[in-house]
Amino acid sequence: MVEGELLIRNGVVYDPINGVNGEKKDISIRDGKVVEEVTNPKVIDAEGRVVMPGGVDIHSHIAGGKVNAGRLFRPEDGRKGRETKTKVCRAQSGYSVPNTFATGYRYAKMGYTFVMEAAMPPLAARHTHEEMVDIPILDNAAMPLIDNNWMTMEYVKSGDTDLLAAYIAWMIKATKGYGVKVVNPGGTEAWAWAKNCDINDAVPYFDVTPAEIVKGLAEATEKFEMPHSIHVHGNMLGHPGNFETTLATYDLVKGIKPYRNRPTMHATHTQFHSYGGTSWRDFESKAGAIADYVNKNEHLSIDLGSIILGDTTTMTADGPMEYSLYQITGRKWTNHDVELETGSGITPFLYSGKSPVNTIQWAIGQELALLVKDPWKLALTTDHPNAGPFIGYPIIISMLMSKRRRDESAEDMHKVIFDRAEYSSIDREYDLNEIAIITRGMAAKTLGLHEHGKGHLGVGADGDVAIYDISPEERDAGKIQKAFLNTKYTIKGGEVVVKDGEVVATPAGRTIFVTPECDDKLTEEMMVKLKDKFDHYYSVTFNNYPVQDAYLPNPYEIKAPWRS
Amino acid sequence: MVEITDVVCSLCGCVCDDIVVEVEDNKVTKVKKGACSVGKSKLMGHGRIESPAIRDNGTLKNCSYDDAIKKAAEILAAARRPLLYGWSSTVCEADKVGVELAEEIGAVIDNTASVCHGPSVLAIQDVGLPSCTLGQVKNRADLVIYWGANPAAAHANHMKRYSYISKGYWTEEGKKNKKLVVVDVRRTATAKMADVFLQIEQGKDYLVFSALRAMLLGYEDVVPEEVGGISKKDLLETVRMMKEAKFGMIFFGMGATHTRGRHNNVVNAIQTTRAAHTHTKFSIMPMRGHYNVAGINQVCTWETGFPFAVDLSRGYAWYNPGETSSTDLLVRRECDAALFIATDPGAHFPGESIRHLSKIPVIQIDPFPNPTTEFADVVIPCAISGVEAEGNVYRMDNIPIRLRKLVDTEYMADEEIMKGILEEVRAIKEKEGE
Ligand code: SF4
Ligand SMILES: [Zn+2]
Repeated sequence: MVEGELLIRNGVVYDPINGVNGEKKDISIRDGKVVEEVTNPKVIDAEGRVVMPGGVDIHSHIAGGKVNAGRLFRPEDGRKGRETKTKVCRAQSGYSVPNTFATGYRYAKMGYTFVMEAAMPPLAARHTHEEMVDIPILDNAAMPLIDNNWMTMEYVKSGDTDLLAAYIAWMIKATKGYGVKVVNPGGTEAWAWAKNCDINDAVPYFDVTPAEIVKGLAEATEKFEMPHSIHVHGNMLGHPGNFETTLATYDLVKGIKPYRNRPTMHATHTQFHSYGGTSWRDFESKAGAIADYVNKNEHLSIDLGSIILGDTTTMTADGPMEYSLYQITGRKWTNHDVELETGSGITPFLYSGKSPVNTIQWAIGQELALLVKDPWKLALTTDHPNAGPFIGYPIIISMLMSKRRRDESAEDMHKVIFDRAEYSSIDREYDLNEIAIITRGMAAKTLGLHEHGKGHLGVGADGDVAIYDISPEERDAGKIQKAFLNTKYTIKGGEVVVKDGEVVATPAGRTIFVTPECDDKLTEEMMVKLKDKFDHYYSVTFNNYPVQDAYLPNPYEIKAPWRS
Repeated sequence: MVEITDVVCSLCGCVCDDIVVEVEDNKVTKVKKGACSVGKSKLMGHGRIESPAIRDNGTLKNCSYDDAIKKAAEILAAARRPLLYGWSSTVCEADKVGVELAEEIGAVIDNTASVCHGPSVLAIQDVGLPSCTLGQVKNRADLVIYWGANPAAAHANHMKRYSYISKGYWTEEGKKNKKLVVVDVRRTATAKMADVFLQIEQGKDYLVFSALRAMLLGYEDVVPEEVGGISKKDLLETVRMMKEAKFGMIFFGMGATHTRGRHNNVVNAIQTTRAAHTHTKFSIMPMRGHYNVAGINQVCTWETGFPFAVDLSRGYAWYNPGETSSTDLLVRRECDAALFIATDPGAHFPGESIRHLSKIPVIQIDPFPNPTTEFADVVIPCAISGVEAEGNVYRMDNIPIRLRKLVDTEYMADEEIMKGILEEVRAIKEKEGE
């Protein structure tokens, strides 16, 4: 945030949260916030260019243990994105696993001002926060993994939802996290014994099923006024025929009432969960079936996990999935299981348009966006860097906006695209308002951040603005892509941080965290069990576990009271 | 007298964090529980560098912090090929300023991994690392293999807290239901505890890994009757134990990384782990020495993209171990100034490197005098991290833990000293109108 006044004049504004759809409109900012009007401002003339609120990414892996393990074991990726230090910017490296500085600069150049780190292993939460502090410009938050935790599974088994709520409250507070992240529930614990679980399998030794875990966590989350629902990477990610598991997962939370008007489940990187067929040979798109479900139901939001062709670094807490991927490619493989909580796997992967499987995957991500009717139900992601690096977003935007570009691209893909995907039969084209929804409005609302100034430009919102160097009439896919890669201006908290595609200022971002407020009695009861875990099984003491305040130099707290 | 619990030891890569100490009159007077004997002696404190000092006509003359920091900055700002080395026995907050300074002056920043587990890093960059946290081993492992590592001497609490002797969820009875295999060239204290001790011939690690790996993958027939001093029968027995384990763990040390084969040994060790993983759960971990050597690798990686031996003279990170690693740089007599923090090249670098160091200006930052102090031109004493200063460190399994501050001190913390140098360097460059 900077003090002073700024006026953005003559822009064509897309601010879907406030129902502004391509109106010529001035934006006034004072002391970092949008205001009615200003008196003596610095003026930026947007001259009929496209103006949107700062972008909000709902799911991206930008900081923490596995991201850094990816950087460490891929110096060949590090060498790809090298840029020299400037007066303003630190030295940059990396393509699919950019260093922290490059991560901030590149997102800001695309007009983004908030990114959610999608998976924080609680025991290593300090690491995630240390890296987020080193990501310039972006406001950020991180979701702790709370689904393969022994405490969670024990409470799910005993049916003590209130105590489970007390536990997740403690965990979110201890990790300075944002909400409940679920990754291959039960399957990652099973992976500690080199096994895996499907949705109704019993987790070895714990005698609960992934389905019960998901349901229990959704119920426990909704005990609080949590800004965001549970955020779910379900079982069987990346397996042919997994769409049935996916639909069954969606159905688990259907009857649960959210605390406010938002979904009870956010299902992430849906592309990886929309697979038909019985093997890689008859592998096919089931985007249609998934989109159908999303169209008919209101309790669910999704993000895409759309593929960017080329080499990338895959990483997830879904250890068994990464192992299967490594077995397919034979490339290097890192694994890091985390005691009592979670795991992680990392392996490089090349998405090739010549491969029938990759072609179908590539089609599925875009099909989902085109077949889900209401853009408020989906966010644009590549599950960075799993389906491809975030700097590929402009490619997807240009695809969604241009049927012609899709047709041309399909010609370069493997011919299976014409018979095992719906891709080429879909005519829909996104307009800029819909793009603004899937790149900022929807994510801000689904995360509950619109109430904290993100993703819109109403009075009181953060002065985060992206000015793209195109007119609203632009139809050329190449020009659209270029404009969304490098803004004319990105403004963060009223300060110009990018000008003409160059980073010109690098203010520190804030870390947003949620404090669920739990009844003392419940917490006390839960604590007995938790302390026993520390006394006997954790390798770090109870008192050394919680993330200390020193790790959040720019904190922003959201309180989540208990729902009475 | 106050008792402080949950004290974190800042000595070895075990980073024990359940230590209890007593503090009286701003001094640690007693270490009541949790620490091994070396950890204890670090916490109790010993001889310190008393004052900042600058060498003048061959002798160190005491000076103020300000003067020492100014002098250090002058040396670094004037250097064409500076080296900033150490970083493993201080906190990440100081390491971060180190990377920033390296960018500012176009230095090579390198850390002690360069001379210890550097080969392991190279191996990981080749094949990856299937690993886990230490608590995972504690709760699940029923087979522990130490290869070229002697924790009984070098990581005294390792077996007790995390592996063979520890008790966890599926290992309630401690070592009773576990097996310990030790592979080493000598019958070490750890080897004496082992169920199976494979005393291999010096430099034959690669061959022995290859034999085990072949057997794990079903190519028993290609393995000769004896490999590296071990009979085929003993190798087969080891493989049987590996396959039958529910959760196997290999810890390897310098015995594997610093003998013939070096990083190739580690590649083979990791491949052996992957082969074992086709039968059961198997993981592997390097026994990192200094308490935060894992941490400087982490910081250096997220800030520059690369874990050690990073050359910033081009304005971006250039990583090429063998060229940009400190001993190579010194042997080529390329550096014209060096800063050493929390390390002792005087004791650990080869003679040729030391000879070059004696000819160039050297800055030392350390709480304790050591052989490097003998030839350093600027000596800056600092607070002891984990006793007099807090900060983040990464345990050998990359779990971040915060060191606690136990007593007050007049000494500056590493982070403050580094920030002071960085500010002075920037001031000098500004004056030069850069
Ligand atoms: S084992 Fe290492 S960390 Fe633990 S007390 Fe001893 S020296 Fe300190
Ligand atoms: Zn993800």
